[in-house]
Amino acid sequence: MWTRLKRLYHKMGSPKWFYEITSQWSPWILLVGSALMLTGIVWGLAFAPADYLQGNSFRIIYIHVPASLLSQSAYLFMAVAGLVGLVWKMKMSFVVAKVIAPIGASLAIMSLLTGAIWGKPTWGTWWVWDARLTSMLILLFLYFGVIAIYNAIENDEMANKAAAILSIVGSINIPVIKYSVEWWNTLHQPATITLTKKPTMAPEMFIPLILTILAFYCWFAVWVFARTRNEILFKERKTNWVKKLLNNDKGAQL
Amino acid sequence: MHPQRKQKLFIILFMLAGIALAVTLMLVALKENINLFYTPTQIAAGEAPKHRTIRAGGMVVEGSVTRGDDDLTVHFDVGDGNSVVTLRYTGILPDLFREGQGIVALGQINERGEFIASEVLAKHDENYMPPEVADAMEKAKYDKKYGSAKNNAEKTDVKPSTGAY
Repeated sequence: MWTRLKRLYHKMGSPKWFYEITSQWSPWILLVGSALMLTGIVWGLAFAPADYLQGNSFRIIYIHVPASLLSQSAYLFMAVAGLVGLVWKMKMSFVVAKVIAPIGASLAIMSLLTGAIWGKPTWGTWWVWDARLTSMLILLFLYFGVIAIYNAIENDEMANKAAAILSIVGSINIPVIKYSVEWWNTLHQPATITLTKKPTMAPEMFIPLILTILAFYCWFAVWVFARTRNEILFKERKTNWVKKLLNNDKGAQL
Repeated sequence: MHPQRKQKLFIILFMLAGIALAVTLMLVALKENINLFYTPTQIAAGEAPKHRTIRAGGMVVEGSVTRGDDDLTVHFDVGDGNSVVTLRYTGILPDLFREGQGIVALGQINERGEFIASEVLAKHDENYMPPEVADAMEKAKYDKKYGSAKNNAEKTDVKPSTGAY
């Protein structure tokens, strides 16, 4: 098992292999993700019962929670990819870190927007400067910082290193977001889903939420793979295998 | 692992630990400022400044809500199990406002220790359930409190079912 994982790690380190392997995986992950999303959304929006207090407005949870959760996971993926790139000098790892940043930023925006839309009818306000909301906004700014570094520094190697360090340092914010609702008084409620306790949500509302969360992770993988392949094609455009691939494509089209 | 890589990994982890420590100290020092609201216990203990705009949060005490006859003024008590603070608010309350609900109010404490609110927000807790389940729980709570036909012999103290505090 360990040797197989190690072999996969080394294979993924090669742009050509990464391109080929993820091209094979992506359609399947997309298929599974889409099936999960369709089931989860239809179940959650049309069939799950309304909440006893909030009525139908709680249904935004089926987008809000997956987006929030994934925007934090994406940050950790980016930080770990940066660390692997820095320590083990793996080039592909930097490429993955780079393509995650805009995806993570858009997920954080989605989380903040859906939260505000839910907050207005439920709390009575779009925004409040409590610890959870503020730390989530900081996460978005960290993503912006990482994106800005890639755009501001011309030298690829320097940009990769600087962005990796910012991502690693910024990962301190992740436990702060997670535990903000327990450490401080906040307007945002504590977590409904935890790994250690039973969810404080009725199962017929909870199962579709799990489905949409899994679907978000699948789609995220497909999106990261697609953006990474795009980067690979650009970076390796002068190599033979990419030329051959592009010529084949042209041939197929003609 | 290659010694050079090991060293690099240690440097990065050491840096991360250092910054984490700094952030932790900062957050601990700023704890009072990061808390969104004062609890009734803190207000009763005099921790909350008077004549300054602050936020107070707690549960609306059951049976304490009184409404003005000719305007939108509402009086109600907010408690956290230990202490209670009386709130006065003129305006439209959020839809989720009800007795037993958690709220966070923005306003000032006057000389009489009354909290004059200029904004009242409803705090939602982490529980989500269909109305039938909520009704059933409410009924079970009622039965437990006042005794149902079956078990009116045993009367125990009731814990609030949806307690976020």
